[in-house]
Amino acid sequence: MGSVLSAAAGTVEPMTETAATPSATDKGVMRRGMRLFALCIRGAPGPFALSVLGASVYAGMTIASAVVFGAVTDSVIVPSFRTGEIRRGALAAAAATIVGVAIVKALGIIARRFFATLMLARVQADYRRRLTRQFLRLPLSWHQRHSTGELLATANSDIESMFWPINPLPLSIGVIVMLVATIGVLLATDVRLALVGLLIFPAIAIVNWRFNVKVKPRSMRAQELRGEVSGVAHESFDAALVVKTLGREAAETERFKERSDVLRDELVAVGRTRAVFDPIIETLPTLGVLVVLLVGSGRVASGDLAAGDLVKAAYLFTLLAFPVRALGWVLGDLPRAVVGWERVDRVLRATGELTHGADDPPVIDTPARLSVHGVDFSYGDSPTLRDVSFDVPAGTTVALVGATGSGKSTIASLLVRLIEPSAGSIELDGADITALTAGALSRHASFVPQQAFVFDDSVRDNIAFGAPVTDEELRTAARMAQADRFIDALPDGFETLVGERGTSLSGGQRQRIALARALVKRPRLLVLDDATSSVDPQVEAAILRGLADSATPMTLVVVAYRRATIALADEIVFVEGGRVLDRGTHEDLMLRQPGYADLITAYDKPLDDEQADDSELERLESESVR
Amino acid sequence: MTAVIEAEVEEPSTEGSWQTLRRGVAMTPEFRHGLGWTLLFALVATAGRVVVPIAVQQTIDHGLRADGGVDLPLVRRAVGFAAVGLILTAVSGYFTNMRLALSTETGLSALRVKAFRHIHDLSMLHQATERRGTLVSRVTADVDTISQFMSFGGIYLIVSLAQLLLATGLMLFYSWQLTVLVVVIFVPLAWLLQRIQADLAARYGLVRQRVGEMLGAIAESVVGAPVIRAYGIERRTGKRVDAAIEAHADATIRTVRVSSVMFSLGEVFAAVAVAGVVVAGVLLGVDGGLSEGRLIAFLFLVSLFVTPVQAVTEVLNEAQSAVAGWRRVLDILDVAPDVSDPALTGRGRPLPAGPLGVRFEAVGFRYPTGPPVLHDVDVEIPPRRKVAVVGETGSGKTTFAKLLTRLMDPASGRVLLGGVPLAEVAFAELRHRVVMVPQDGMLFDLSVADNVRHGRAALSDAEVATAFDDLGLGDWIETLPAGIGTRVGERGEALSVGERQLVALARAYVADPDLLVLDEATSAVDPATEVRLQRALERLAEGRTEVTIAHRLSTAETADEVLVFDRGRIVQHGSHAELVGVPGVYADLYASWASRSR
Repeated sequence: MGSVLSAAAGTVEPMTETAATPSATDKGVMRRGMRLFALCIRGAPGPFALSVLGASVYAGMTIASAVVFGAVTDSVIVPSFRTGEIRRGALAAAAATIVGVAIVKALGIIARRFFATLMLARVQADYRRRLTRQFLRLPLSWHQRHSTGELLATANSDIESMFWPINPLPLSIGVIVMLVATIGVLLATDVRLALVGLLIFPAIAIVNWRFNVKVKPRSMRAQELRGEVSGVAHESFDAALVVKTLGREAAETERFKERSDVLRDELVAVGRTRAVFDPIIETLPTLGVLVVLLVGSGRVASGDLAAGDLVKAAYLFTLLAFPVRALGWVLGDLPRAVVGWERVDRVLRATGELTHGADDPPVIDTPARLSVHGVDFSYGDSPTLRDVSFDVPAGTTVALVGATGSGKSTIASLLVRLIEPSAGSIELDGADITALTAGALSRHASFVPQQAFVFDDSVRDNIAFGAPVTDEELRTAARMAQADRFIDALPDGFETLVGERGTSLSGGQRQRIALARALVKRPRLLVLDDATSSVDPQVEAAILRGLADSATPMTLVVVAYRRATIALADEIVFVEGGRVLDRGTHEDLMLRQPGYADLITAYDKPLDDEQADDSELERLESESVR
Repeated sequence: MTAVIEAEVEEPSTEGSWQTLRRGVAMTPEFRHGLGWTLLFALVATAGRVVVPIAVQQTIDHGLRADGGVDLPLVRRAVGFAAVGLILTAVSGYFTNMRLALSTETGLSALRVKAFRHIHDLSMLHQATERRGTLVSRVTADVDTISQFMSFGGIYLIVSLAQLLLATGLMLFYSWQLTVLVVVIFVPLAWLLQRIQADLAARYGLVRQRVGEMLGAIAESVVGAPVIRAYGIERRTGKRVDAAIEAHADATIRTVRVSSVMFSLGEVFAAVAVAGVVVAGVLLGVDGGLSEGRLIAFLFLVSLFVTPVQAVTEVLNEAQSAVAGWRRVLDILDVAPDVSDPALTGRGRPLPAGPLGVRFEAVGFRYPTGPPVLHDVDVEIPPRRKVAVVGETGSGKTTFAKLLTRLMDPASGRVLLGGVPLAEVAFAELRHRVVMVPQDGMLFDLSVADNVRHGRAALSDAEVATAFDDLGLGDWIETLPAGIGTRVGERGEALSVGERQLVALARAYVADPDLLVLDEATSAVDPATEVRLQRALERLAEGRTEVTIAHRLSTAETADEVLVFDRGRIVQHGSHAELVGVPGVYADLYASWASRSR
């Protein structure tokens, strides 16, 4: 997970660039932002309506509390002080009204907050589900074009930022209601006081918005730098042995310090922006109160205003100072949200699903026959495979041999339709694999990739994937994969949780679980893409013996480096530069293909002994016959 | 060691928050730099907030209610004073924020670097590799928690406390009776908020956990894509992800149920306080204890009282996680390195010149909580000898190599290098003369040349190229897209496993050690690369003492001497020719290896 996360952190960069220059497309951002809002509201209209209702109640009651404050001043406080006479009824009513208004206001807050979060949770979950469906639906070739970190960042941070301004949206709507009502109340009270409000409130919202626009790229850059600092720590700690044995600790610390200092400077810069804006945002409404006092006193002196109205107006300014900032939050986060939305949308709009046919041949007990006809394949522009053809008769073992990068793994992936050839066809028992229904191929063929992947699940579910498999079948598969002994040694045996958060397994153990997973399905065709590379050679030998001894014979295609694996094959397909250079038995190829001979003999030069090799091959062959 | 670390790293320490803060500040003196001034600025910055209620009181009592009508000049004076106060406040606010950001970030960056350096000195880094992620988060996530708290919560906390203090002071000045009333009303709120915060913290913790699980599940659908396709388990995987997404949404909603109520409480309590003050104020005022302006100013002050009470409880809660993060960083700094450099105490001894011999004298080793892994190892390796160490997994051969390079110290006995006890050799000398080549290359995301320079920093490109030529790798370098300037990618992933080893060999070669310790790779390597590796290894070992942890016995066949480890002991030693014919561990290992490698 560590590397995945750091990769995710690393992909923030392109997003930052786009978000850092929102002013260039401000209009576009506003328009797309509004469309994004509409999208979210449609996703959860009920909670949105209730949340806005809550926000409006809150807004109404905020104004009401100022009106009540003014009224209490005028009709209770001032008369009582002037006349020295207390009207207990009025006093009790004033107290009850103040508390009553506050309770209704509190209910409004609860409704707004609860339903806003409910809406957010719903639409976010919905988008994450759609995104995952898309990840699962799109073909592997699409996945290969996108880094893991990039896709995870989309599912995580892009979705987060896309919905970031949605949470304060109902509050903002409430605030607009509040502002309109306030201006209304102020207009009813005194036009000059209303003018003060018309100046101050937009100023607060604008300053806050500018602040968000200014600070956001900086804090995103800081986030990116955090990823870099973490990357250096990861790399350095991973290579601890080298750092220590070469005495590089001081140099590594210097390298880390350099990144850490850059992060520090960025965080201080964020702090500076905050230091400038915070006091301004804080001071503006207070300044408003002072102006109200100044202007209001004049109006009171000229007899145009009651003392209570002055108090009411001043109180309104105090109350509104904070909520008005919400407008700035929504506006400030909008550019980032739009960028996040676009990135999410790009994945959701991606096409390229595999097409499937209608054939669903029954799974029979005999091994499958495989033939590859003139297959081409290319990643991007450069062709990886050209005119690859070979047959694998039922029940035989074919080894794909070739140097690194010759195209062996690509062939293996094509056989189980993880990727599609650009030309040519692949047939299973004489039927084109593209004519099979979705999922049919995987009932006949199992594939074990180079990188064994273990899900965050029990050993049992990692092997059976929830299929109804008896304990006996599970154990047999594990035994054949030479995984039974280490699984039994795990704390809960087959029920032990493994993967990211479970018991950690070695590379070799992972590969053996992946192999057991393939074997438990009793495949008619098994494709191994260098699937035992991390397994201890001794154990690997035992696995290969087990496959040869298997009670259910299967057709086997293996990509291999190790001689013992190659020795298992009935036929070798020798691949070089994306072409099948030759096919034949190991002996034939050793004689007629110098390239093949070099490749094989290079592996263990000092011990090479053709005689021993033959006897080993014979032994394995005789065992597989039995 | 490992178990000790686990306890320290994972279990909540019993240390109190204050103790942690004191320890943390002592460890990062940058925090205290100019703190007095910062606090003074913070106090001035808060003072501005009480300016308004005073201005309101002055205006009402003396401006509007002046004898002979409204006293406008007085109102202007009051407002003018208040405005000057406000500007002073804003400026002080700027300085407070600025100074705090500078001192905390400077301090935290220093703390981060200090912890990073310290972790490199701890042997758990290579002993307990599964803990590496945790150790990375000590210098990243944990320090970030403190940083985030400081930049938001820290300032907020200081300002809020100051505001609470000033508001209380002013309220006392206006009317002590009403102040008592307000405090009495707010005490239950503070108590209630504290309780809810604790509950909420647990709920937030659950949300964070669910986020992790959800992202893990989504990651599986991306990282496991080949397996999912090959096994047709899209539906099953989709359901698992859906469940995790749903669980996350549920946890979020469960949190907002509590938080929405919590945020509304302040309103209700404030209203109760205002109502109480109105009633009590009118009663007091009519009896002659209070003026009308003072009462209204008091009502403004009540609102200044609510926000800090809410803020402080909220921030204190955040402070808990910052303190916990801080504690984890400090705890790691407290772990003493178990292998210390004698040069630090001025006792470092030099090694004799030339290839180094090795002697193990009755060496035993055990991890503190585990069973012994090495018993009574006595062995003498003369200079220039090529030694292969063989044995099954867990036989003690890797431990032997780690003791030889002093990555760990023996539990009993001693290791001598060129006749000098290893524990007395200064690290600078040791790391210069003894070099270990680890299994998987361990490259940095730099160019090939820069990776080689880890062996010797001041090498020119030409010298790096010469090093590859010396090892017979010049032709391989030419196959790389940018020669020695080729970037190797994260963990060297742009190169194959074997190619990474080639770079690691060149790195060891330029370091020019007198004792070479090689940990042979277990994973299969492309045969062409294998040939290059063998050739480079031979040239690298020329004229040096070489100890190889051998996984293939072809290495043992060509060694001068083979040390056979079995269950923590050397059970056989001698040349391959001597050992292979004698029934025993070596003959068995050899027979099993030979049968499968041809």
